[in-house]
Amino acid sequence: MSSTETQPLLDARDVHGGYGSMNILNGVNMALYADEVGVIVGPNGAGKSTMLKAVFGLLNVNQGEILLNGQPIHNLPPNQLVQRGMGFVPQEKNVFPSLTVKENLEMGAYLKPQNVKRMLEQVYDFFPPLVEKRHQPAGELSGGQRQMVAMGRALMAEPSLLLLDEPTAGLSPLYMNEIFDRVKKINAAGVGILMVEQNAKQALAIADKGFVLAAGQNRFTDTGAALLADPDVAKSFLGG
Amino acid sequence: MNELVFFINNVVIAGSVTGSIYAIGAIGVTLIFSIMRFAHFAHADMMTFGAFMVLLLTTLFPAAGASIGVPTALVMLPLAMLLTAALAVGIDKAFYKPLRFHGVKPIVMVIGSLGVTLMLQGLIRLFSGTGGQSLYVDDRKEIFRIALPIEGVRAPIVITEPQIYLFVITLVAVVALHLFLNRSRLGKAMRAMSDNPELAQASGINTNTIVAVTWVIAGGLAAIAGTLLSLDVTFKPDLSFFLLLPIFAAAIVGGVGHPYGAIAGGFVVGFAETLAVFNWHVLLRPFRDSLPTWLELPSNLAFVSTEYKIVVPFFILVAILVWRPTGLFKGKVI
Repeated sequence: MSSTETQPLLDARDVHGGYGSMNILNGVNMALYADEVGVIVGPNGAGKSTMLKAVFGLLNVNQGEILLNGQPIHNLPPNQLVQRGMGFVPQEKNVFPSLTVKENLEMGAYLKPQNVKRMLEQVYDFFPPLVEKRHQPAGELSGGQRQMVAMGRALMAEPSLLLLDEPTAGLSPLYMNEIFDRVKKINAAGVGILMVEQNAKQALAIADKGFVLAAGQNRFTDTGAALLADPDVAKSFLGG
Repeated sequence: MNELVFFINNVVIAGSVTGSIYAIGAIGVTLIFSIMRFAHFAHADMMTFGAFMVLLLTTLFPAAGASIGVPTALVMLPLAMLLTAALAVGIDKAFYKPLRFHGVKPIVMVIGSLGVTLMLQGLIRLFSGTGGQSLYVDDRKEIFRIALPIEGVRAPIVITEPQIYLFVITLVAVVALHLFLNRSRLGKAMRAMSDNPELAQASGINTNTIVAVTWVIAGGLAAIAGTLLSLDVTFKPDLSFFLLLPIFAAAIVGGVGHPYGAIAGGFVVGFAETLAVFNWHVLLRPFRDSLPTWLELPSNLAFVSTEYKIVVPFFILVAILVWRPTGLFKGKVI
Protein backbone atom coordinates (compact mmCIF):
# COMPACT_ATOMS: atom_id res chain seq x y z
CA MET A 1 0.00 0.00 0.00
CA SER A 2 2.63 2.52 1.03
CA SER A 3 4.84 3.91 -1.66
CA THR A 4 8.15 3.53 0.10
CA GLU A 5 10.27 5.14 -2.58
CA THR A 6 8.69 8.62 -2.20
CA GLN A 7 8.99 10.78 0.92
CA PRO A 8 6.32 10.45 3.60
CA LEU A 9 3.41 12.93 3.70
CA LEU A 10 3.94 13.37 7.42
CA ASP A 11 7.23 12.63 9.10
CA ALA A 12 7.54 13.22 12.84
CA ARG A 13 11.01 12.58 14.24
CA ASP A 14 11.76 12.27 17.94
CA VAL A 15 9.08 14.80 18.93
CA HIS A 16 9.26 16.16 22.47
CA GLY A 17 6.61 18.63 23.45
CA GLY A 18 3.66 19.66 25.59
CA TYR A 19 2.04 22.68 27.14
CA GLY A 20 4.72 25.30 27.87
CA SER A 21 8.07 23.74 28.75
CA MET A 22 6.51 20.67 30.43
CA ASN A 23 6.90 17.72 28.07
CA ILE A 24 4.11 15.19 27.62
CA LEU A 25 5.64 13.72 24.47
CA ASN A 26 9.08 12.20 25.08
CA GLY A 27 10.26 11.22 21.63
CA VAL A 28 7.49 10.17 19.29
CA ASN A 29 8.28 8.96 15.76
CA MET A 30 5.67 8.69 13.03
CA ALA A 31 5.87 8.33 9.29
CA LEU A 32 2.70 8.34 7.22
CA TYR A 33 2.44 8.15 3.44
CA ALA A 34 -0.06 10.04 1.36
CA ASP A 35 -2.37 7.10 0.72
CA GLU A 36 -2.39 5.74 4.26
CA VAL A 37 -4.66 5.74 7.28
CA GLY A 38 -2.65 6.08 10.48
CA VAL A 39 -4.18 5.33 13.87
CA ILE A 40 -2.76 6.37 17.21
CA VAL A 41 -3.88 4.18 20.12
CA GLY A 42 -2.72 3.74 23.67
CA PRO A 43 -3.85 4.05 27.28
CA ASN A 44 -5.23 7.25 28.80
CA GLY A 45 -2.56 9.88 29.31
CA ALA A 46 -0.23 8.33 26.74
CA GLY A 47 -0.12 11.58 24.79
CA LYS A 48 -2.28 10.50 21.83
CA SER A 49 -4.31 13.72 21.47
CA THR A 50 -1.26 15.71 22.52
CA MET A 51 0.66 14.32 19.55
CA LEU A 52 -2.18 15.23 17.19
CA LYS A 53 -2.29 18.77 18.59
CA ALA A 54 1.49 19.06 18.27
CA VAL A 55 1.20 18.14 14.58
CA PHE A 56 -1.47 20.85 14.12
CA GLY A 57 0.65 23.50 15.83
CA LEU A 58 -1.62 23.81 18.88
CA LEU A 59 1.17 23.24 21.38
CA ASN A 60 4.92 23.62 21.62
CA VAL A 61 7.36 21.19 20.06
CA ASN A 62 10.44 21.60 22.26
CA GLN A 63 12.68 19.05 20.52
CA GLY A 64 12.63 17.02 17.35
CA GLU A 65 10.95 17.92 14.08
CA ILE A 66 7.75 17.44 12.13
CA LEU A 67 7.86 17.49 8.34
CA LEU A 68 4.94 17.82 5.94
CA ASN A 69 5.98 16.76 2.44
CA GLY A 70 9.58 17.24 3.55
CA GLN A 71 9.04 20.80 4.80
CA PRO A 72 9.48 21.51 8.52
CA ILE A 73 6.15 22.65 10.02
CA HIS A 74 6.59 22.32 13.78
CA ASN A 75 5.57 25.44 15.67
CA LEU A 76 3.81 27.00 12.65
CA PRO A 77 0.41 28.49 13.58
CA PRO A 78 -2.70 26.43 12.65
CA ASN A 79 -4.00 28.81 9.97
CA GLN A 80 -0.74 28.42 8.01
CA LEU A 81 -0.98 24.66 8.33
CA VAL A 82 -4.50 24.83 6.85
CA GLN A 83 -3.03 26.67 3.89
CA ARG A 84 -0.38 23.97 3.52
CA GLY A 85 -3.03 21.30 3.26
CA MET A 86 -3.70 20.11 6.79
CA GLY A 87 -7.19 19.72 8.22
CA PHE A 88 -7.95 19.19 11.90
CA VAL A 89 -11.14 17.96 13.53
CA PRO A 90 -11.06 18.50 17.30
CA GLN A 91 -12.81 16.01 19.57
CA GLU A 92 -15.07 18.59 21.19
CA LYS A 93 -16.50 21.89 20.00
CA ASN A 94 -15.86 20.88 16.42
CA VAL A 95 -18.81 22.66 14.78
CA PHE A 96 -20.30 26.17 14.79
CA PRO A 97 -23.57 25.36 16.62
CA SER A 98 -25.65 28.36 15.52
CA LEU A 99 -24.57 28.19 11.88
CA THR A 100 -26.46 25.90 9.52
CA VAL A 101 -24.80 22.74 8.23
CA LYS A 102 -24.16 24.41 4.88
CA GLU A 103 -22.69 27.50 6.53
CA ASN A 104 -20.45 25.28 8.66
CA LEU A 105 -19.13 23.64 5.52
CA GLU A 106 -18.69 27.01 3.78
CA MET A 107 -16.51 28.17 6.67
CA GLY A 108 -14.22 25.21 6.00
CA ALA A 109 -13.50 26.60 2.54
CA TYR A 110 -13.13 30.16 3.85
CA LEU A 111 -9.69 30.54 2.27
CA LYS A 112 -10.81 29.02 -1.04
CA PRO A 113 -14.23 30.55 -1.74
CA GLN A 114 -14.01 29.65 -5.43
CA ASN A 115 -14.05 25.95 -4.47
CA VAL A 116 -17.18 26.05 -2.31
CA LYS A 117 -19.62 24.69 -4.88
CA ARG A 118 -17.45 21.81 -6.04
CA MET A 119 -16.38 20.82 -2.53
CA LEU A 120 -19.93 21.01 -1.15
CA GLU A 121 -20.96 18.40 -3.70
CA GLN A 122 -18.03 16.21 -2.75
CA VAL A 123 -18.73 16.49 0.99
CA TYR A 124 -22.44 15.73 0.49
CA ASP A 125 -21.24 12.71 -1.49
CA PHE A 126 -19.20 11.49 1.46
CA PHE A 127 -21.96 12.26 3.96
CA PRO A 128 -25.37 11.90 2.27
CA PRO A 129 -27.32 12.37 5.55
CA LEU A 130 -26.12 16.00 5.63
CA VAL A 131 -27.96 16.93 2.43
CA GLU A 132 -31.42 17.13 3.95
CA LYS A 133 -30.06 18.73 7.13
CA ARG A 134 -28.15 21.44 5.28
CA HIS A 135 -30.40 24.31 6.40
CA GLN A 136 -30.53 23.20 10.04
CA PRO A 137 -28.26 24.71 12.70
CA ALA A 138 -25.43 22.26 13.42
CA GLY A 139 -26.11 22.56 17.16
CA GLU A 140 -29.43 20.75 16.70
CA LEU A 141 -27.92 17.63 15.09
CA SER A 142 -27.17 14.29 16.76
CA GLY A 143 -23.61 13.46 17.80
CA GLY A 144 -22.92 11.32 14.74
CA GLN A 145 -24.27 13.88 12.31
CA ARG A 146 -22.32 16.60 14.07
CA GLN A 147 -19.15 14.53 13.61
CA MET A 148 -19.97 14.35 9.90
CA VAL A 149 -20.34 18.14 9.76
CA ALA A 150 -17.02 18.52 11.57
CA MET A 151 -15.20 16.19 9.18
CA GLY A 152 -16.95 17.78 6.21
CA ARG A 153 -15.89 21.25 7.35
CA ALA A 154 -12.25 20.14 7.45
CA LEU A 155 -12.54 18.45 4.03
CA MET A 156 -13.86 21.64 2.41
CA ALA A 157 -10.33 23.08 2.37
CA GLU A 158 -9.17 20.07 0.26
CA PRO A 159 -6.53 18.90 2.74
CA SER A 160 -3.87 16.37 1.81
CA LEU A 161 -3.71 15.27 5.46
CA LEU A 162 -6.74 15.07 7.77
CA LEU A 163 -6.22 14.84 11.54
CA LEU A 164 -9.13 13.36 13.51
CA ASP A 165 -9.19 13.48 17.31
CA GLU A 166 -11.35 10.57 18.53
CA PRO A 167 -13.97 10.87 15.79
CA THR A 168 -16.13 8.11 17.32
CA ALA A 169 -16.04 9.27 20.97
CA GLY A 170 -19.49 8.98 22.50
CA LEU A 171 -21.09 7.52 19.38
CA SER A 172 -23.20 4.35 19.22
CA PRO A 173 -21.53 1.29 17.57
CA LEU A 174 -23.74 1.81 14.54
CA TYR A 175 -22.47 5.36 14.00
CA MET A 176 -18.92 4.28 14.86
CA ASN A 177 -18.86 1.82 11.97
CA GLU A 178 -20.38 4.42 9.68
CA ILE A 179 -17.68 6.96 10.60
CA PHE A 180 -14.88 4.40 10.05
CA ASP A 181 -16.50 3.56 6.75
CA ARG A 182 -16.37 7.24 5.72
CA VAL A 183 -12.77 7.51 6.85
CA LYS A 184 -11.84 4.68 4.47
CA LYS A 185 -13.78 6.35 1.67
CA ILE A 186 -12.14 9.73 2.25
CA ASN A 187 -8.75 8.04 2.30
CA ALA A 188 -9.54 6.24 -0.96
CA ALA A 189 -10.23 9.67 -2.47
CA GLY A 190 -6.60 10.57 -1.83
CA VAL A 191 -6.54 12.16 1.64
CA GLY A 192 -3.98 10.92 4.15
CA ILE A 193 -5.56 10.35 7.57
CA LEU A 194 -4.09 10.37 11.03
CA MET A 195 -6.52 9.73 13.85
CA VAL A 196 -6.54 9.12 17.55
CA GLU A 197 -8.94 6.40 18.67
CA GLN A 198 -10.23 4.82 21.86
CA ASN A 199 -11.97 2.05 19.96
CA ALA A 200 -8.55 0.56 19.21
CA LYS A 201 -9.54 -2.80 17.69
CA GLN A 202 -12.01 -1.39 15.19
CA ALA A 203 -9.66 1.47 14.31
CA LEU A 204 -6.61 -0.73 13.80
CA ALA A 205 -8.69 -2.95 11.52
CA ILE A 206 -8.90 -0.12 8.98
CA ALA A 207 -5.38 1.22 9.63
CA ASP A 208 -2.45 0.94 7.27
CA LYS A 209 -0.22 2.08 10.10
CA GLY A 210 -0.77 1.84 13.82
CA PHE A 211 1.14 3.71 16.48
CA VAL A 212 0.79 2.43 20.02
CA LEU A 213 1.88 5.16 22.41
CA ALA A 214 2.58 4.85 26.12
CA ALA A 215 4.01 7.54 28.40
CA GLY A 216 4.65 9.85 25.48
CA GLN A 217 6.73 7.36 23.46
CA ASN A 218 6.17 4.79 20.70
CA ARG A 219 5.68 1.35 22.23
CA PHE A 220 4.77 -0.49 19.03
CA THR A 221 4.73 0.74 15.44
CA ASP A 222 3.57 -1.53 12.64
CA THR A 223 0.78 -2.10 10.16
CA GLY A 224 -2.69 -2.23 11.67
CA ALA A 225 -3.08 -5.89 10.88
CA ALA A 226 0.28 -6.83 12.41
CA LEU A 227 -0.52 -4.96 15.63
CA LEU A 228 -3.89 -6.66 15.90
CA ALA A 229 -2.16 -10.03 15.48
CA ASP A 230 0.60 -9.26 17.99
CA PRO A 231 -0.22 -11.01 21.31
CA ASP A 232 1.85 -8.46 23.30
CA VAL A 233 -0.15 -5.55 21.92
CA ALA A 234 -3.40 -7.42 22.43
CA LYS A 235 -2.55 -8.27 26.02
CA SER A 236 -1.40 -4.83 27.16
CA PHE A 237 -3.46 -2.44 25.02
CA LEU A 238 -6.43 -4.10 23.41
CA GLY A 239 -7.88 -5.77 26.48
CA GLY A 240 -6.84 -9.36 25.59
CA MET B 1 -61.38 58.38 20.30
CA ASN B 2 -59.39 61.44 21.23
CA GLU B 3 -57.93 59.38 24.04
CA LEU B 4 -56.81 56.74 21.56
CA VAL B 5 -54.99 59.35 19.51
CA PHE B 6 -53.37 60.54 22.71
CA PHE B 7 -52.28 56.95 23.36
CA ILE B 8 -50.87 56.60 19.83
CA ASN B 9 -48.92 59.84 20.15
CA ASN B 10 -47.57 59.22 23.62
CA VAL B 11 -47.05 55.48 23.63
CA VAL B 12 -46.98 53.99 20.14
CA ILE B 13 -44.91 56.72 18.48
CA ALA B 14 -42.84 57.68 21.51
CA GLY B 15 -42.16 54.04 22.37
CA SER B 16 -41.14 53.22 18.80
CA VAL B 17 -38.76 56.19 18.75
CA THR B 18 -37.10 55.19 22.03
CA GLY B 19 -37.16 51.52 21.10
CA SER B 20 -35.48 52.11 17.73
CA ILE B 21 -32.65 54.07 19.31
CA TYR B 22 -32.14 51.49 22.06
CA ALA B 23 -32.26 48.71 19.48
CA ILE B 24 -29.56 50.23 17.25
CA GLY B 25 -27.38 50.96 20.27
CA ALA B 26 -27.91 47.47 21.69
CA ILE B 27 -27.03 45.76 18.38
CA GLY B 28 -23.59 47.41 18.56
CA VAL B 29 -23.07 46.42 22.19
CA THR B 30 -24.16 42.84 21.53
CA LEU B 31 -21.96 42.46 18.40
CA ILE B 32 -18.90 43.68 20.29
CA PHE B 33 -19.70 41.26 23.10
CA SER B 34 -20.20 38.32 20.77
CA ILE B 35 -16.82 38.83 19.09
CA MET B 36 -14.65 40.20 21.92
CA ARG B 37 -16.53 38.95 24.98
CA PHE B 38 -16.59 42.17 26.93
CA ALA B 39 -19.18 44.83 27.77
CA HIS B 40 -18.19 47.95 25.86
CA PHE B 41 -19.10 50.84 28.12
CA ALA B 42 -17.74 53.47 25.74
CA HIS B 43 -20.51 52.68 23.26
CA ALA B 44 -22.76 55.55 24.36
CA ASP B 45 -20.00 58.08 23.89
CA MET B 46 -19.25 56.65 20.47
CA MET B 47 -22.89 57.54 19.74
CA THR B 48 -22.26 61.07 20.99
CA PHE B 49 -19.14 61.27 18.84
CA GLY B 50 -21.12 60.30 15.76
CA ALA B 51 -23.78 62.92 16.48
CA PHE B 52 -21.08 65.51 17.13
CA MET B 53 -19.46 64.75 13.77
CA VAL B 54 -22.84 65.35 12.14
CA LEU B 55 -23.16 68.61 14.04
CA LEU B 56 -19.68 69.74 12.94
CA LEU B 57 -20.25 68.84 9.30
CA THR B 58 -23.71 70.41 9.31
CA THR B 59 -22.31 73.63 10.77
CA LEU B 60 -19.60 73.66 8.10
CA PHE B 61 -21.96 73.06 5.18
CA PRO B 62 -25.39 74.12 6.45
CA ALA B 63 -27.04 74.32 3.02
CA ALA B 64 -25.97 70.93 1.69
CA GLY B 65 -29.34 69.27 2.23
CA ALA B 66 -31.63 72.00 0.94
CA SER B 67 -30.90 71.20 -2.70
CA ILE B 68 -32.18 67.63 -2.39
CA GLY B 69 -34.87 68.36 0.16
CA VAL B 70 -33.63 66.44 3.19
CA PRO B 71 -32.17 67.82 6.42
CA THR B 72 -28.45 68.56 6.04
CA ALA B 73 -27.76 66.42 9.11
CA LEU B 74 -28.97 63.33 7.26
CA VAL B 75 -26.78 64.12 4.26
CA MET B 76 -23.82 64.23 6.63
CA LEU B 77 -24.76 61.00 8.42
CA PRO B 78 -22.89 58.57 6.09
CA LEU B 79 -19.74 60.65 6.46
CA ALA B 80 -20.15 60.73 10.24
CA MET B 81 -20.64 56.95 10.24
CA LEU B 82 -17.32 56.55 8.43
CA LEU B 83 -15.58 58.88 10.89
CA THR B 84 -17.07 57.07 13.90
CA ALA B 85 -16.12 53.69 12.41
CA ALA B 86 -12.57 55.00 11.99
CA LEU B 87 -12.60 56.22 15.60
CA ALA B 88 -13.82 52.80 16.80
CA VAL B 89 -11.09 50.96 14.88
CA GLY B 90 -8.51 53.48 16.15
CA ILE B 91 -9.63 53.10 19.77
CA ASP B 92 -9.40 49.34 19.42
CA LYS B 93 -5.87 49.56 17.99
CA ALA B 94 -4.72 51.99 20.68
CA PHE B 95 -6.42 50.63 23.80
CA TYR B 96 -8.19 47.29 23.47
CA LYS B 97 -5.82 45.43 21.16
CA PRO B 98 -2.81 45.67 23.51
CA LEU B 99 -5.03 44.38 26.34
CA ARG B 100 -6.29 41.51 24.19
CA PHE B 101 -2.74 40.72 23.17
CA HIS B 102 -1.81 40.22 26.81
CA GLY B 103 -4.80 37.95 27.29
CA VAL B 104 -6.39 39.98 30.10
CA LYS B 105 -9.67 39.01 31.74
CA PRO B 106 -12.85 40.56 30.29
CA ILE B 107 -13.30 42.76 33.37
CA VAL B 108 -10.01 44.52 32.56
CA MET B 109 -11.38 45.30 29.10
CA VAL B 110 -14.57 46.66 30.68
CA ILE B 111 -12.57 48.97 32.95
CA GLY B 112 -10.48 49.97 29.93
CA SER B 113 -13.66 50.92 28.08
CA LEU B 114 -14.73 53.04 31.09
CA GLY B 115 -11.45 54.92 30.70
CA VAL B 116 -12.15 55.38 27.00
CA THR B 117 -15.63 56.70 27.76
CA LEU B 118 -14.25 59.33 30.16
CA MET B 119 -11.66 60.36 27.62
CA LEU B 120 -14.24 60.65 24.83
CA GLN B 121 -16.56 62.67 27.06
CA GLY B 122 -13.80 65.12 27.86
CA LEU B 123 -12.65 65.42 24.28
CA ILE B 124 -16.14 66.01 22.91
CA ARG B 125 -16.95 68.63 25.56
CA LEU B 126 -13.68 70.39 24.80
CA PHE B 127 -14.91 71.13 21.29
CA SER B 128 -18.69 71.12 21.60
CA GLY B 129 -19.18 72.91 24.89
CA THR B 130 -21.64 71.57 27.43
CA GLY B 131 -24.86 73.11 26.18
CA GLY B 132 -27.49 71.76 23.80
CA GLN B 133 -27.37 72.53 20.07
CA SER B 134 -29.88 71.65 17.40
CA LEU B 135 -28.74 69.50 14.49
CA TYR B 136 -31.13 71.60 12.39
CA VAL B 137 -28.72 74.43 11.66
CA ASP B 138 -30.16 76.01 8.52
CA ASP B 139 -33.28 73.94 8.00
CA ARG B 140 -36.46 73.65 10.02
CA LYS B 141 -37.80 70.58 11.84
CA GLU B 142 -41.09 69.71 10.13
CA ILE B 143 -43.95 68.55 12.33
CA PHE B 144 -46.75 66.63 10.67
CA ARG B 145 -50.25 66.71 12.15
CA ILE B 146 -52.34 63.99 10.65
CA ALA B 147 -56.04 64.52 11.33
CA LEU B 148 -58.00 61.29 11.43
CA PRO B 149 -61.07 61.23 9.14
CA ILE B 150 -63.29 60.03 11.98
CA GLU B 151 -66.15 62.08 13.34
CA GLY B 152 -65.57 63.55 16.77
CA VAL B 153 -61.80 63.16 16.70
CA ARG B 154 -60.26 66.56 17.17
CA ALA B 155 -56.72 65.62 18.17
CA PRO B 156 -54.34 64.86 15.29
CA ILE B 157 -51.62 62.24 15.26
CA VAL B 158 -48.38 64.19 15.66
CA ILE B 159 -45.17 62.91 14.17
CA THR B 160 -42.03 64.88 13.40
CA GLU B 161 -39.84 64.67 10.33
CA PRO B 162 -36.82 63.20 12.19
CA GLN B 163 -39.07 60.53 13.69
CA ILE B 164 -40.11 59.37 10.23
CA TYR B 165 -36.47 59.27 9.12
CA LEU B 166 -35.68 57.38 12.32
CA PHE B 167 -38.15 54.59 11.53
CA VAL B 168 -36.96 54.34 7.93
CA ILE B 169 -33.27 54.31 8.80
CA THR B 170 -33.76 51.78 11.61
CA LEU B 171 -35.58 49.47 9.23
CA VAL B 172 -32.88 49.84 6.57
CA ALA B 173 -30.09 49.27 9.11
CA VAL B 174 -31.73 46.13 10.53
CA VAL B 175 -32.41 44.63 7.08
CA ALA B 176 -28.87 45.46 5.92
CA LEU B 177 -27.38 43.86 9.02
CA HIS B 178 -29.55 40.77 8.58
CA LEU B 179 -28.42 40.38 4.95
CA PHE B 180 -24.79 40.95 5.92
CA LEU B 181 -24.81 38.36 8.71
CA ASN B 182 -26.66 35.69 6.74
CA ARG B 183 -25.62 36.18 3.13
CA SER B 184 -22.09 37.56 3.02
CA ARG B 185 -18.96 35.49 3.52
CA LEU B 186 -17.60 37.99 6.04
CA GLY B 187 -20.87 38.09 7.98
CA LYS B 188 -20.99 34.32 8.24
CA ALA B 189 -17.37 34.30 9.39
CA MET B 190 -18.35 36.81 12.06
CA ARG B 191 -21.10 34.50 13.33
CA ALA B 192 -18.67 31.60 13.17
CA MET B 193 -16.14 33.46 15.30
CA SER B 194 -18.87 34.36 17.79
CA ASP B 195 -19.81 30.66 17.99
CA ASN B 196 -16.36 29.13 18.31
CA PRO B 197 -13.26 31.34 17.96
CA GLU B 198 -10.74 28.46 18.01
CA LEU B 199 -12.51 26.56 15.25
CA ALA B 200 -12.85 29.79 13.25
CA GLN B 201 -9.11 30.23 13.44
CA ALA B 202 -8.52 26.57 12.52
CA SER B 203 -10.70 27.17 9.44
CA GLY B 204 -8.35 29.91 8.31
CA ILE B 205 -10.58 32.86 9.29
CA ASN B 206 -8.42 35.87 10.11
CA THR B 207 -9.79 36.88 13.50
CA ASN B 208 -8.10 40.30 13.39
CA THR B 209 -10.07 41.17 10.27
CA ILE B 210 -13.31 40.09 11.94
CA VAL B 211 -12.52 42.25 14.98
CA ALA B 212 -11.91 45.27 12.73
CA VAL B 213 -15.14 44.65 10.79
CA THR B 214 -17.03 44.42 14.08
CA TRP B 215 -15.74 47.83 15.12
CA VAL B 216 -16.64 49.35 11.76
CA ILE B 217 -20.23 48.08 12.07
CA ALA B 218 -20.52 49.02 15.74
CA GLY B 219 -19.11 52.50 15.05
CA GLY B 220 -21.41 53.06 12.09
CA LEU B 221 -24.47 51.95 14.06
CA ALA B 222 -23.43 54.10 17.03
CA ALA B 223 -23.26 57.14 14.75
CA ILE B 224 -26.76 56.35 13.44
CA ALA B 225 -28.22 55.95 16.94
CA GLY B 226 -26.56 59.09 18.31
CA THR B 227 -27.55 61.20 15.32
CA LEU B 228 -31.17 60.03 15.24
CA LEU B 229 -31.46 60.68 18.96
CA SER B 230 -29.99 64.17 18.61
CA LEU B 231 -32.21 64.92 15.63
CA ASP B 232 -35.29 63.95 17.65
CA VAL B 233 -34.29 66.21 20.54
CA THR B 234 -31.09 68.27 20.39
CA PHE B 235 -27.40 67.48 20.49
CA LYS B 236 -26.03 67.44 24.05
CA PRO B 237 -22.67 65.93 25.03
CA ASP B 238 -24.22 63.87 27.84
CA LEU B 239 -27.40 62.83 26.03
CA SER B 240 -26.26 59.39 24.88
CA PHE B 241 -24.39 58.61 28.07
CA PHE B 242 -27.69 58.48 29.94
CA LEU B 243 -28.83 55.80 27.51
CA LEU B 244 -26.03 53.45 28.54
CA LEU B 245 -28.13 51.63 31.12
CA PRO B 246 -31.23 51.11 28.95
CA ILE B 247 -29.05 50.03 26.01
CA PHE B 248 -27.27 47.43 28.11
CA ALA B 249 -30.61 46.39 29.56
CA ALA B 250 -31.90 45.94 26.01
CA ALA B 251 -28.88 43.84 24.99
CA ILE B 252 -29.25 41.62 28.06
CA VAL B 253 -33.04 41.33 27.80
CA GLY B 254 -32.64 40.14 24.23
CA GLY B 255 -29.86 37.72 25.08
CA VAL B 256 -26.28 38.97 24.95
CA GLY B 257 -24.48 38.24 21.69
CA HIS B 258 -27.75 37.87 19.79
CA PRO B 259 -28.37 40.72 17.28
CA TYR B 260 -32.08 39.95 16.78
CA GLY B 261 -32.46 39.70 20.53
CA ALA B 262 -30.95 43.17 20.83
CA ILE B 263 -33.60 44.56 18.48
CA ALA B 264 -36.41 42.90 20.43
CA GLY B 265 -34.82 43.96 23.72
CA GLY B 266 -34.56 47.54 22.51
CA PHE B 267 -38.28 47.72 21.80
CA VAL B 268 -39.21 45.88 25.03
CA VAL B 269 -37.23 48.35 27.13
CA GLY B 270 -38.36 51.34 25.05
CA PHE B 271 -42.05 50.48 25.34
CA ALA B 272 -41.75 49.50 28.99
CA GLU B 273 -40.30 52.94 29.73
CA THR B 274 -42.96 54.73 27.74
CA LEU B 275 -45.82 52.75 29.27
CA ALA B 276 -44.45 53.31 32.76
CA VAL B 277 -44.48 57.09 32.46
CA PHE B 278 -47.75 57.21 30.50
CA ASN B 279 -50.60 58.90 32.31
CA TRP B 280 -53.36 56.27 32.32
CA HIS B 281 -55.83 58.82 33.69
CA VAL B 282 -56.44 59.98 30.13
CA LEU B 283 -57.53 56.56 28.94
CA LEU B 284 -59.83 56.03 31.93
CA ARG B 285 -61.49 59.43 31.66
CA PRO B 286 -64.25 58.34 29.23
CA PHE B 287 -65.40 55.72 31.73
CA ARG B 288 -65.52 58.18 34.62
CA ASP B 289 -69.30 58.26 34.69
CA SER B 290 -69.66 54.50 35.00
CA LEU B 291 -67.18 54.29 37.87
CA PRO B 292 -68.59 54.14 41.40
CA THR B 293 -68.81 57.57 42.95
CA TRP B 294 -66.54 56.74 45.88
CA LEU B 295 -63.69 55.99 43.44
CA GLU B 296 -62.19 59.29 42.52
CA LEU B 297 -59.83 59.16 39.57
CA PRO B 298 -56.51 60.84 40.46
CA SER B 299 -55.33 63.24 37.78
CA ASN B 300 -51.94 61.58 37.50
CA LEU B 301 -52.04 57.83 37.06
CA ALA B 302 -48.52 57.04 35.79
CA PHE B 303 -46.53 54.16 37.30
CA VAL B 304 -43.48 56.35 37.73
CA SER B 305 -42.98 60.04 37.12
CA THR B 306 -40.86 61.05 34.15
CA GLU B 307 -37.85 61.99 36.27
CA TYR B 308 -37.60 58.42 37.53
CA LYS B 309 -37.90 56.84 34.09
CA ILE B 310 -34.42 55.34 34.47
CA VAL B 311 -35.63 52.91 37.16
CA VAL B 312 -37.67 51.06 34.52
CA PRO B 313 -34.78 49.59 32.50
CA PHE B 314 -32.98 49.01 35.78
CA PHE B 315 -35.92 47.01 37.08
CA ILE B 316 -36.22 45.04 33.83
CA LEU B 317 -32.50 44.32 33.97
CA VAL B 318 -32.70 42.97 37.52
CA ALA B 319 -35.82 40.94 36.72
CA ILE B 320 -34.25 39.36 33.63
CA LEU B 321 -31.00 38.55 35.44
CA VAL B 322 -32.96 36.88 38.25
CA TRP B 323 -35.53 34.93 36.22
CA ARG B 324 -34.04 34.44 32.78
CA PRO B 325 -30.30 35.25 32.77
CA THR B 326 -29.81 34.12 29.16
CA GLY B 327 -32.35 36.68 27.91
CA LEU B 328 -35.36 36.20 25.66
CA PHE B 329 -33.33 34.75 22.76
CA LYS B 330 -30.97 32.48 24.75
CA GLY B 331 -27.81 34.55 24.59
CA LYS B 332 -24.68 33.91 26.58
CA VAL B 333 -24.71 34.11 30.35
CA ILE B 334 -22.35 36.83 31.50
